[in-house]
Amino acid sequence: MKNIIAHLDKAFESRVRLGIMSMLMVNDSVDFKTIKETLDVSDGNLASHLAALEKKEYIIVTKQFIGKKPNTSYSLSKEGRLAFKKHLQALEDLIGK
Amino acid sequence: MEKDTQHLEQLAEIRDIMNKSTRFLSLSGLSGVVAGIAALGGAWAAHEYLSSRVFVNYLYNGTQAEVIQFLALDAFLVLIVAIGFGSLFTIRKAKKNGQRMFNKMGIRMLVNLGIPLATGGAFGLIVMYHGGYFLLPSIMLVFYGLALINASKYTLEDIRYLGYCEIVLGLLSAWFIGYGLLFWAIGFGVLHIVYGTIMHFKYDRA
Repeated sequence: MKNIIAHLDKAFESRVRLGIMSMLMVNDSVDFKTIKETLDVSDGNLASHLAALEKKEYIIVTKQFIGKKPNTSYSLSKEGRLAFKKHLQALEDLIGK
Repeated sequence: MEKDTQHLEQLAEIRDIMNKSTRFLSLSGLSGVVAGIAALGGAWAAHEYLSSRVFVNYLYNGTQAEVIQFLALDAFLVLIVAIGFGSLFTIRKAKKNGQRMFNKMGIRMLVNLGIPLATGGAFGLIVMYHGGYFLLPSIMLVFYGLALINASKYTLEDIRYLGYCEIVLGLLSAWFIGYGLLFWAIGFGVLHIVYGTIMHFKYDRA
């Protein structure tokens, strides 16, 4: 039993991070505002979770200007996609038990 | 055991978020019902008008412009009622779901619905210009069906089946010329009401 739990990625322990990864799995790239609205979280809360995922190099951050407004969008890195798939598999295995 | 339900909940939430961030899920079933009723009303008005005109039509060719004017006005009113109530119910449902109508998913759905629809509209006008009025109901049904199938990737997947039905009706209508109005009434009226009712009980009341 302990072995299976070991496959769960600590980086995805929070609800917000699971939400971010889920959105990025099915979209090429998503901007900050869209993530915020979909997950219904505060700016600061979301920013800190995004920073944590960026630090683990699971997500790629792209900053650009649309007109005069700064726009930050996020996409999944190869490692991030792999890690999240593993995490999902681990969750499914746990339920299958 | 308690851990299990927790993991299950997590997986369900992941699936929900993936769905929510790719599809516009607030399409209201009631808007389909209203659009269907409006279409039936419009078809009935057109039928009444045409059957009272047929005799006169044979006598004066000059009335043709008048007939077209009436039908155009009729179709326009149906469109206004359908879009008006459709938006109203959909925006209301989106609000309830905490989704905005014009978020990225909503716009993506509208664009994908709009491309085949606009193509069909332009094509229909060209056919009309060449005098092919009898093909209009068929063109409207076929292109509307294609538009629904195209948009189904970005909203409730069920509209794909409505799209298939519209295309079949449209092709039948092109074959059985003379029953255009009847096919049109079935496609835009009856099918919308049936589909809208099913959607309402499947999604809206949950």
